Amino acid sequence: MSAHFKKKSSNTSQEIPTASMPDIIFMLLIFFMVTTVLRETELLVNVSIPQAEAVEKIDQKRLIQYIYIGPEKLESGVGDPAVQVNDALVRDLPDIRQLMFARLRDEPSTITSLRVDRSVETGLLYDVQQELREAEALRVNYSTSREAD
Amino acid sequence: MPLLKKRKKRDAEIPSASMADIAFLLLIFFLVTTTINADKGIYMQLPPKLDEQVPPEINQRNLLNVLVAADGQVLVDNEVIQISQIRDVVKRFITNNGREPQFSVSPDKAVVSFKTKRGLSYDNYIGVLDEIKSAYNELRNEEAQREFGRTYGEYKARLATDPDTGEREADVVAEKYPLKISLAEPDDD
Repeated sequence: MSAHFKKKSSNTSQEIPTASMPDIIFMLLIFFMVTTVLRETELLVNVSIPQAEAVEKIDQKRLIQYIYIGPEKLESGVGDPAVQVNDALVRDLPDIRQLMFARLRDEPSTITSLRVDRSVETGLLYDVQQELREAEALRVNYSTSREAD
Repeated sequence: MPLLKKRKKRDAEIPSASMADIAFLLLIFFLVTTTINADKGIYMQLPPKLDEQVPPEINQRNLLNVLVAADGQVLVDNEVIQISQIRDVVKRFITNNGREPQFSVSPDKAVVSFKTKRGLSYDNYIGVLDEIKSAYNELRNEEAQREFGRTYGEYKARLATDPDTGEREADVVAEKYPLKISLAEPDDD
């Protein structure tokens, strides 16, 4: 008799199965853990990179050695153009040669990415490039952002 | 109801309901700290060191001299032109195939020499270099469209890699229009 009052319900579950949720999240987590680069160097120079149209992407982040050139950040504003490699300013340009020698020994196909402020005169850029040539770090990339169409 | 046995059920499992929350938290942390965007820019090859370099003999007609003065004025083969004109001149120079006497004999012999004064601002430097590079890109794109019906970027991405040797299939478009931009020795002034 009581069966008569029983509500008829379908057997299918109304809920979305959430058992695989952690797996999905973990997968995303691992993806971001692998692609992330935590330590961004602190910039000691002001760099506003120019725009260009014919830009290429460099996929292998490991190969890139950054060199920053721009007006030095001072407490009282900005100073003269200076060169920064890794996390320190390079006062003596020939030091770049030593740094690049060491870097090339570890990674022979290093690409030097020059992040140069748009106001910097090319004379300083040439001096840096001469040092790169001495170190035979000939693969360079002028870092630019893509022109907005 | 004596038959209903009171059974105390001990849960032997680690509660995993919060697992998703923990993973979410970590995910958000990495989402915030991550920088995916790869570096973009104009890729160039510097000339090798001076002392071991034997200056190659280049026929004058196969060489396009682009000289940029400190104020941004552009001289191409000693003629003043606008920055917007550079691209067309470079393209005409490369694809000349011996027609005009002052331009190149064939695309694979054509060399663009790029030289600037030391006082030029980097913005202008990139501006001119970008035009030269764009000229090459456009020629390669046209060639890839003509031969394979797709842009050069798509064509390049589709080049098969040999699974045994790891060597890539020859890039015939780049072979036809090899990128020969020579960063010349800077002047002292």
